[in-house]
Amino acid sequence: MSYETQLIVVILLPLVVAPVCYVVPSPRVAWLLTLATAMSCFLIAVQLLLAVLDGGGFSYHLGGWAPPVGIEYRLDVFAAFVLLVLTAIFLVCQLYAGSLTGKSGIKEIPLAIAPTFFAATLLCISGLMGIVVTGDVFNLFVFLEIASLATYAMISLGRQRRALTAAFQYLVLGTIGATFFLIGVGLLYAETGTLNMQEMSTLMPELVDRRTTFTGMTFVIIGLALKLAVFPLHLWLPNAYTEAPSVVTALLAGTSTKVAFYALVRMTVSVFGLETIADTPLPLILLIVGALAVIVTSAQAILQVNIKRLLAYSSVAQIGYMVIGVGLLTVEGLTAGFVHLFNHALTKTGLFMAVGIMLLNTVDAKLPSVAGLGRRMPWTSAAVVITAFSLVGIPGTAGFISKWALLDAAMAQEAYFIAGVIVIGSLLACIYLLRLLDVMYFRAPEKVSEHMPDETLTVPFPMITALWVLAIACLWFGLFTEHSLSVAKLAATNIMGVQ
Amino acid sequence: MTDYLILRVTAKFLIPLILLMGLYVQFHGELGPGGGFQAGVIFSAGLILYALVFGLYRLTQSIPVFVLKVLSSLGVLLFAGTGVVTMLLGGEFLNYNLLAENAVTGQHLGIFLVELGVGITVASTMLLIFAVFADQEGHD
Repeated sequence: MSYETQLIVVILLPLVVAPVCYVVPSPRVAWLLTLATAMSCFLIAVQLLLAVLDGGGFSYHLGGWAPPVGIEYRLDVFAAFVLLVLTAIFLVCQLYAGSLTGKSGIKEIPLAIAPTFFAATLLCISGLMGIVVTGDVFNLFVFLEIASLATYAMISLGRQRRALTAAFQYLVLGTIGATFFLIGVGLLYAETGTLNMQEMSTLMPELVDRRTTFTGMTFVIIGLALKLAVFPLHLWLPNAYTEAPSVVTALLAGTSTKVAFYALVRMTVSVFGLETIADTPLPLILLIVGALAVIVTSAQAILQVNIKRLLAYSSVAQIGYMVIGVGLLTVEGLTAGFVHLFNHALTKTGLFMAVGIMLLNTVDAKLPSVAGLGRRMPWTSAAVVITAFSLVGIPGTAGFISKWALLDAAMAQEAYFIAGVIVIGSLLACIYLLRLLDVMYFRAPEKVSEHMPDETLTVPFPMITALWVLAIACLWFGLFTEHSLSVAKLAATNIMGVQ
Repeated sequence: MTDYLILRVTAKFLIPLILLMGLYVQFHGELGPGGGFQAGVIFSAGLILYALVFGLYRLTQSIPVFVLKVLSSLGVLLFAGTGVVTMLLGGEFLNYNLLAENAVTGQHLGIFLVELGVGITVASTMLLIFAVFADQEGHD
């Protein structure tokens, strides 16, 4: 297969397997199909990244219609990089989800609707990958909707009825975000007369001074910021992450917000253009909301009792770091943002997986419930320690690399305030994660309730394997940075059009 | 269920017309206004009217929920399958030109198949949504 064909196959494969999964009667078969798809997508993504690093970007013309009239799929270093992150996280999450269908019967998702769940994950990842590879702004909206609708369905599968409220809240806010994006695209189309990203970016400089263009840009950015859960627009995220089944939370934490970040960077930096947005207040706004996100939501995370909610607030803070990276408007800043995207995907997905395993053996997701689990579940707890250290940014873990890169980029711009925010944010992260570790390792279980099985701790093998793959990746990419950092740097220079 | 004579007779008269209208919009879609989505909605509206008047039970007796599920998947597969066939014929995804000897016939055939897929999926999904919501009274 030529690389161009692989580019369409990677999107098409999950899209075709999803309806098959939906009608397959056996959950086990549906899982195997999904796992095989995830594996193929991952291998294709690896090949595509190598091809792009080797010979530069390429594009695929859907239906044989040449762009700018037809829809074009376009792969550059940044797209290939994010595509690889997505498929890798998806593969690990599907391995983790294997326990849902096994004989041991983890009843997080009822067995009867497990095939539907797998179909939804496939549609979701297909939509997310579509956002990454498409070179057409309207097509981006379509994929955004595919991914979002699948996500709402997945969140609503949570065990408690509150999951329905959380899913509905996300549905309302997500739809508002998508609508804002569509209005923005409509206005930009009215001004430029094209939907193709490349052509739009060449037309942008002349049209920038018009009010319609500016309004269109504003709508697009706010719509995507809502999807990304940038600080004041993040209210849907803690609820959605808390109430969704843990496998869904793990998948979303590693993919959904990362793709929204990708879309934001793609639209601002490569479609609107660096010169264009440098003249607007956007970089300053991004820096301010990013800094606020880091400080305020980290502080909020400290106050949480529910572990999943604590980690969800921390996710909003991490999005703040990435947004700061874009706001700096330098190659170093973007590089730091991209590396953080990669490292945080590994870290947070791993943490949510670990919490998911612990919750199998606790009454609820409250902090006191995990007291003493450090001794009772040594392997899971050790993985929590590694991923938590990575989230804080302890040297030797992946999180340290991206925070250091960001700090470096801020210092290079003499943005000492931002540098201070990064340091304070890390200290706050230290506090909320040490609270978790403290309860796990140093508190005796308050009372052994009847709901809590004493001896028979369930730690399904696929789940713990998936968790440790990510935990080791956190260490690996903290010690050997040449791959992640250099690809991110290449992506940043490539997208900014500088050498 | 109370027997509403007027409702029953009018529905019986209207349902075939609605279904026919749905099929017309479906198969005339690439030439006039219409297409798979509209056709699917109209077609399912006819069947939903039937369920409203004669009861959901009689509808799901003739079209079981499982069949609806299979149909909704089949439509997507028909759409994607058309694209895959064009790829196997050596073209791009959904390049209809290759489906027939000459490009115009190929475009006709391609749009026809894709819209048929859309129509099947939309009609069966509408019915599925209706069935799920209408079937709830027994459970709460």
